[in-house]
Amino acid sequence: MSSPRKAVALISGGLDSLLAARLMLEQGIHVEGINFYTGFCVEGHTHAIRKKDRKKPKRNNALWSAEQLGIKLHILDIIDEYKDVVINPKHGYGANMNPCLDCKIFMLNKAKQWMEEHGFDFIITGEVIGQRPMSQRKDLLPVVVRESGVGDRLLRPLCAKNLAPTLPEREGWVDREKLLNFSGRNRKPQMALAKQFGFEDYASPAGGCCFLTDENYSRKLVDLWQARNKKEYELDDIMLLKVGRHIRPQPHYKLIVSREDGENRFLHGYRNQFSTIEIKSHGGPLTLVDGTLSDKDFKQAASIAARFSQGRDADNVNVLITPLDGEAYSLDIKPMPTAEIKQEWHV
Amino acid sequence: MSEYTLDARNSLCPMPVIKTQNRVNELHPGDTLTVTCTDPGALNDIPAWCRINGHEVIETREAGNEVIITIRVCG
Ligand code: SF4
Repeated sequence: MSSPRKAVALISGGLDSLLAARLMLEQGIHVEGINFYTGFCVEGHTHAIRKKDRKKPKRNNALWSAEQLGIKLHILDIIDEYKDVVINPKHGYGANMNPCLDCKIFMLNKAKQWMEEHGFDFIITGEVIGQRPMSQRKDLLPVVVRESGVGDRLLRPLCAKNLAPTLPEREGWVDREKLLNFSGRNRKPQMALAKQFGFEDYASPAGGCCFLTDENYSRKLVDLWQARNKKEYELDDIMLLKVGRHIRPQPHYKLIVSREDGENRFLHGYRNQFSTIEIKSHGGPLTLVDGTLSDKDFKQAASIAARFSQGRDADNVNVLITPLDGEAYSLDIKPMPTAEIKQEWHV
Repeated sequence: MSEYTLDARNSLCPMPVIKTQNRVNELHPGDTLTVTCTDPGALNDIPAWCRINGHEVIETREAGNEVIITIRVCG
């Protein structure tokens, strides 16, 4: 008996990729999963930080999917290479800073490389045509296929019957008759199939797969680029956009004020990379300060930070200011009245 | 058979898993790797990764804000 054909499945952690991989296993295909970590993935950094989120059961849905399927999962760190996709998307952004079309092309191209390096035969995804506005439109499929270079080695088991036969179907590696014809936004067929396969407790299919589809997050990213006058970022930058209140009182500096214990602990890890303001006389958050500040700016920053401490109504709050490249000093400061903290300062 | 350590502190999931995966790929069956993390998510994710890929978790413990997981690399 010849050895089974091998498919690499793009596993996002959502239901669709789980079902697509399962359909291939049903057909006797050897499946292994790959999951890309861009730094913006919803799967990643949120749950660990905020205390309220710590109470939720923690799991990585891509790992969970692989375990349900009984397949190997390879998680690929594409943080650096992905920057160019976010910074210069050839096909532009979606509703927010999500470069979905370029992202799809990039990931499929990576999957193709992986397939070739590991001696696999084809790629599968859980895409359903018409499900998402930009990246899953039928007229854009040829663009994705062409620019990613996957050719006809890309099979979408959930909607394959609505598309022209691909190489795995034509060669008889998979039986086209057993593939599906899902289309559009209706999720009921997926849910019914999940039930049939006995999958319970799968990740809910809401929203996009990454923070770039989030309006608030996107605004902070744009603010970061504007302030730096440059479209660039490091992993730490994009992590910090998820944490705390971001307040920009002046174009040249921004405060990141933690909102609770978990964030406080997380921000502590960045004390050596930013100027900091700590509240000493009262309970209060740690504030990171991003930018180069004059003494006068530090006073303004400290009075804002004091506003978010338990001394907000006191005449004076004692703070410790530690400039990034200077000596720490103590300062008594009057907390800024709420009315003076302008709405437009909140990023 | 050797013992190795990996510092994955101050990195958030899935980075501790990715670091563990990449390190384990360089080791040999029978080697052990002790990973120290600060993201409590690692307590779930690293054992899940081990189950999927056939490696053995020998010990998991928490010490203060740290999670320490020891893995035996299997063939
Ligand atoms: S939502 Fe994010 S990860 Fe998903 S396709 Fe769009 S840019 Fe890529």
